[in-house]
Amino acid sequence: MRLILPFLACFAAAVASSAMPTEAPDILTANPQNPTNLSSFGFFEGDAGKPSSALIPYNLRTPLFSDYAEKQRFIYLPAGGKMFASADGKLQFPIGSALIKSFGYPDESGKLRVLETRVLLHRAGGWVALPYVWRPDGNDADLRIGGTRVPVEFDHGGTKASISYSVPNKNQCKQCHSSGDEIMPIGPVWQNMEFPRSGDRDRFLRAMPLLAKLSPEAKWDDAKSGTLNERAHSYLRVNCGHCHAPKGSASNSGLFLDGSAKDPAAYGIGKRPVAAGRASGDFDFIVEQGRPDRSILLHRMKSTDSGIAMPELGRAMVHDEGVKLLDDWIAAMPKQGAY
Amino acid sequence: MDIKRSWLKLLGNLVSIRHPLVMRMRKIAFVSAALCALVQPAFAKTISVAPGDGAQERLQEALISAEPGDVVELGAGRFSLTDGLSLDVNGVTVKGQGVKESVLDFSGQQGAGEGLLVTSDDVILRDFGVENSKGDGIKSKGADRIVYHKLRVEWTAGPKATNGAYGIYPVESKDVLIDSVIVRGASDAGIYVGQSRNIVVRDSIAMENVAGIEIENSYDADVHDNIATHNTGGVLVFDLPNLPQMGGHNVRIFDNIIVDNMTPNFAPKGNIVANVPTGTGVMVMANRNVEIFDNVLGENGTTNIMVVGYRFPQQDPKYDPLPRDVIIWDNQHGRAGWDPQFRGGKEIAAAMGGSFPAIFWDGAGGPARAPNIGDAVPALSLGLTDITADPATAQPSPLAPSTARPAALPAITLPESMEAAVR
Repeated sequence: MRLILPFLACFAAAVASSAMPTEAPDILTANPQNPTNLSSFGFFEGDAGKPSSALIPYNLRTPLFSDYAEKQRFIYLPAGGKMFASADGKLQFPIGSALIKSFGYPDESGKLRVLETRVLLHRAGGWVALPYVWRPDGNDADLRIGGTRVPVEFDHGGTKASISYSVPNKNQCKQCHSSGDEIMPIGPVWQNMEFPRSGDRDRFLRAMPLLAKLSPEAKWDDAKSGTLNERAHSYLRVNCGHCHAPKGSASNSGLFLDGSAKDPAAYGIGKRPVAAGRASGDFDFIVEQGRPDRSILLHRMKSTDSGIAMPELGRAMVHDEGVKLLDDWIAAMPKQGAY
Repeated sequence: MDIKRSWLKLLGNLVSIRHPLVMRMRKIAFVSAALCALVQPAFAKTISVAPGDGAQERLQEALISAEPGDVVELGAGRFSLTDGLSLDVNGVTVKGQGVKESVLDFSGQQGAGEGLLVTSDDVILRDFGVENSKGDGIKSKGADRIVYHKLRVEWTAGPKATNGAYGIYPVESKDVLIDSVIVRGASDAGIYVGQSRNIVVRDSIAMENVAGIEIENSYDADVHDNIATHNTGGVLVFDLPNLPQMGGHNVRIFDNIIVDNMTPNFAPKGNIVANVPTGTGVMVMANRNVEIFDNVLGENGTTNIMVVGYRFPQQDPKYDPLPRDVIIWDNQHGRAGWDPQFRGGKEIAAAMGGSFPAIFWDGAGGPARAPNIGDAVPALSLGLTDITADPATAQPSPLAPSTARPAALPAITLPESMEAAVR
């Protein structure tokens, strides 16, 4: 990264002006109020399954686990807006942009039923996070700043899972999306992004050609994409690093999983818990090398008790596959004395 | 147990201690239980929220839609909550009708790491109770000038390892006032102030927690006129490695009643407080410039005051594991040390005629680091100069009292707006 830094420092171009249709109403900057209905934005043509062609769909190579919900992610760029990227691959969106993310589960026929759509709006005063909950008829979604819970049943590996799905409130959105006092996007980091619609990736690259120099990040569940260590780091960055960062909600823990850690203790290795309380599970270290069975990090990932579970928000189920990855990662570390 | 009856029982236990402070504390305790007249800011909008159906969403929406200067007023009754609550608007007051009258009940909580989370500045929390949160009770992070006043945070089944960690938990904040609160049952610390600066904890009661009151990795704190009783350890002043803010210093512990902290340690292992010996009055670990004076201490089976280094292996180059410049002066000591609950303690007690002294220092750093003691009770050094030394190699020797008290730390002053909020 140090080598390419001089080349990358903020390159810009108009990715939006020529490429984006302009019919989508520019409600984002025109109206300072938060629309009470999702339909006001014009992001969807009717139900959640019909995104406007103005939206750019994208996927993440390593996504945040959210109770096995399926997610659909979109970028909205205002007409004439210019994109930037910082040296570490984080995309910088112009004012008037929106990041849109729908969450849902397949119904009995296998068709995705979207429960909620979260909108991150880039206003002149900064980013705003708004949760919208779809009505039962699926025709529109209503703003629910106080969040809510929705009972959900879905097929999980052949058995029926039944959970109380949590739609975050506006403050909880900020808890994960905060950097200092500001709200920031988390997901759009170029090395972790994929574009399913043909032409979209090239459009970003034409606008910001130096992005091509950033190689894709290891995919957490694809052994061919990187080493065990790299895949574990991808998983931790995406699932933990938004709070466990020097300016994140868990800054006081001294446990930094966003890639900023400079020494093993900041990565949890041989580090004693600070404010874990009963979440320590009677273990001494966040990560005890070679001993996943004695590592608090895994103990908290394996729990669904809200006084123990990590992440704290949006997890009523255990991510078995993620637990397996980090179990393997810790087991592969040479056993050492604590330090 | 009914909290008022707990207080009465506690105060009954204290009657045998003859000290003007006890009388004062009794008065404080009863005043805290009473309602007080509440003054509304001139231009504040009041958003009233009643308990009942949909309390979670109604209260959370009120906390989100409040504007600076507004009051979110909790009605009388029990709010049955399913998730954590959070406040992120500056200058908002959340007030109820009293610590028993307005109760935020988190026994049905399904998500979030604490009951109430505050992340904005100039917030006042007052006159309500928080019960049985799954994690911490009330946490405030990066919330400058926060006032906690006349609150009750309680795990109602009493000491249990499954209780949440901290009752009242400000962290990474500047200017913190905790005044007239009662916290009971925390499996870590009842009142915990972490990585903060300019702090006052006063006129409060911490009982049946592992640690009653804990000041950790913090700068400039006054802890005074509190009662810490029936905890494992009464008042802790700690500094820990591998944290963004380290080098805890300038902490004054004075005019407190720290008695009968004999609740067996119920902290889950792995947590630093799980190592606090049952029967500890005050424990200072790895801090500098700590003053402990004018307190009433007694009925603590391990010891009334201990000063120790951080003796776990660690490799943080920015961390100093040694306690230094600790002053212990003019405290009144009752019985202590009849049942020391740490390795080697009983042997030392036996060698000393059956009882461990009321004050001890582990010897970390050698004689130059010895606490400055003016109290008229026996004090002991364990002589473990090397911070990595095996405690089994202790070489106990008496600690000589000092004749002159070093210059005192200045009192903590908080912004006038904070003091005004509790008048």
